[in-house]
Amino acid sequence: MRHIISILMENEAGALSRVAGLFSARGYNIESLTVAPTEDVTLSRMTIVTRGSEDVIEQIVKQLNKLIDVVKILDLSDGSHIERELMLVKVRAFGKDREEMKRMADIFRGRIIDVTEKTYTIELTGPGTKLDAFIEAIDPVAILETVRTGASGIGRGERILKV
Amino acid sequence: MELTGAEITIRCLADEGVEFVFGYPGGAVLNIYDEIFKQDRFKHVLVRHEQAAVHAADGYARSTGKVGVALVTSGPGLTNAVTGIATAYMDSIPMVVISGQVPTGAIGMDAFQEVDAVGITRPCVKHNFLVKDIKDLAETIKKAFYIAATGRPGPVLVDIPKDITGQSFAYLYPDTVSMRSYNPVVKGHTGQIKKAAQMLFEAKRPMIYSGGGVVLGNASKQLVELTRMLGFPCTNTLMGLGAYPATDKQFVGMLGMHGTYEANMAMQHCDVLLAVGARFDDRVIGSPDHFAREARRIVHIDIDPSSISKRVKVDVPIVGDVAAVLDELIKLIKASKERRDEAALAAWWSQIEDWRSRDCLKFDRKSSIIKPQYVVEKLWEVTKGDAYVTTDVGQHQMWAAQFYKFDEPRRWVTSGGLGTMGFGLPAAMGVQLAHPHKDVACITGESSIQMCIQELSTCRQYHIPVKVVNLNNRYMGMVRQWQEFFYGNRYAESYMDSLPDFVKLAEAYGHVGMKIEKPEDVEPALREAFALKDRLVFMDFITDQTENVFPMVPGGAGITEMILAEDL
Repeated sequence: MRHIISILMENEAGALSRVAGLFSARGYNIESLTVAPTEDVTLSRMTIVTRGSEDVIEQIVKQLNKLIDVVKILDLSDGSHIERELMLVKVRAFGKDREEMKRMADIFRGRIIDVTEKTYTIELTGPGTKLDAFIEAIDPVAILETVRTGASGIGRGERILKV
Repeated sequence: MELTGAEITIRCLADEGVEFVFGYPGGAVLNIYDEIFKQDRFKHVLVRHEQAAVHAADGYARSTGKVGVALVTSGPGLTNAVTGIATAYMDSIPMVVISGQVPTGAIGMDAFQEVDAVGITRPCVKHNFLVKDIKDLAETIKKAFYIAATGRPGPVLVDIPKDITGQSFAYLYPDTVSMRSYNPVVKGHTGQIKKAAQMLFEAKRPMIYSGGGVVLGNASKQLVELTRMLGFPCTNTLMGLGAYPATDKQFVGMLGMHGTYEANMAMQHCDVLLAVGARFDDRVIGSPDHFAREARRIVHIDIDPSSISKRVKVDVPIVGDVAAVLDELIKLIKASKERRDEAALAAWWSQIEDWRSRDCLKFDRKSSIIKPQYVVEKLWEVTKGDAYVTTDVGQHQMWAAQFYKFDEPRRWVTSGGLGTMGFGLPAAMGVQLAHPHKDVACITGESSIQMCIQELSTCRQYHIPVKVVNLNNRYMGMVRQWQEFFYGNRYAESYMDSLPDFVKLAEAYGHVGMKIEKPEDVEPALREAFALKDRLVFMDFITDQTENVFPMVPGGAGITEMILAEDL
């Protein structure tokens, strides 16, 4: 099953490689991983999307907790949460496709953030499934480049991950 | 007053109460060595290879419970140390390794003797540090000792660039250290402990299975008290030997791949299993699927939550310090009005005695060739079961585990997790230095001993009177055994040809050498060797080439699918 795990860790050199190393050494898979400092610059927050049976996920959480730099962990999938991902897509946009592309961006509540005579760059935010749907919806030949950040997540309401 | 980084390093070690530092100098640590030269608060032991420095620190740590310390230079010094670090990591041994690093400005420049020490060691340390600012040096070393010794122990590496050891800063060694990201659990959950007590009372076929965690957690006293109070059978893992006295009638021997028939059968057929400081690893329970075929309820006490329900699902997990949890469990059981099921327990013991009567460790005592088991048995007699025993890895290690009956913890020093050949002799040095008036035997084989034999020189320099018991069968015995069983007797590269004359070799290093070829000479030789209190004696026992370790559970099989000597 797909799990989205949030990790608060010391913002130290090498902390990211400890997590990445743990996943590769123990054969866990990483679907996406994002990391950046929090409002407290001594802490980084990492979001990992992974897949595995309940046993594997339990081990992943326990092994992550064992890392000395890890302060707190929350498996967001255990409760209600919000998940967002940012995607930038550069598409071919000329002739009759140009209007169509604009319309598709609007339908998906995307924003065109760069325009040339032949291309648009569209910014799209949402759960990963929405970004997938957009990719599916447009003509694959028109796609010049895509870049995705990987998922970030946060618990709903009073579900807070903080030191 | 300001001190240099090198002085700070040395002061930290001394203030931490370190007695011995095992190490080898080199360019990146010369500042530190210069300060070692000027001090006398701890003793530095110069090994002949960095792997041995770490193993010696490891032997010191296992036999005392204190943190072992090794000091190596950058580059090859560090890479040589990696085997030792991984050995300590797999067996959860508290240790601090200090490595020199090229100057901060040279890091990443492929400088002479540069390696990414924190990168290379990351998967085999509990934690590691690269000190980038002299202001952090003392606190980092304090943290290293704290992390190494608390929770589930393990090795911690502190990598110190050479320029840091040359800079100056005010010295303050913190008394304590607190880390928001690291707070090991000590006390177990009381509700869970109550459930465990209830389950133990309900048992019809109980079993206590204890591992290295009981030794590391100094919980042997509690384990013995609980086991005797309950009257249950107890088995120890390879790492746990000595935690429960091997000569006690409730002890059913070691379990696992080369465990006793009775221990493995009882493990499989019990209805309530109390696992203490053990981790159900592959060499212990064999196939988890086979193990799960019999229904049983499991209580698992361990300080490391990730050890629980990793290979085997348990019913009552208890995370905490084993000694603290066992104390609470004992108190609860004493206070309880519940009673164990006497009739069921008596029937269970009669079943176990029946299994025990198979005498699975029997060997040919009339052989005209020396049987390796016989040597270990005699060693136990001659040393009155009171020696510290280190081993290398292979058949001799298993015979040592089966035939030397350890009655106390921390006497048995072996590389269980990583299975490192070359561990025995350097580990024995660390043990002997920590216990100068005790008998220390290194049980080894002619293949293993050659992997760190250069340490005979270190033993000479520091007058370390280890007794080397070399079970010489001219084969990598365990490899040969597997080849015999599973590879159609094709002994690919497992024969040891062109062996040195170990007697002459020992003498060349300034020690006493003995060659023993007849069974009747075994005991006199051992007596003579152990009478030489201040000399290292290398005993080369020429043993039966074809002897195998029994019982044996083939890799991946169930623990009751044992090959016994009588089957062949």
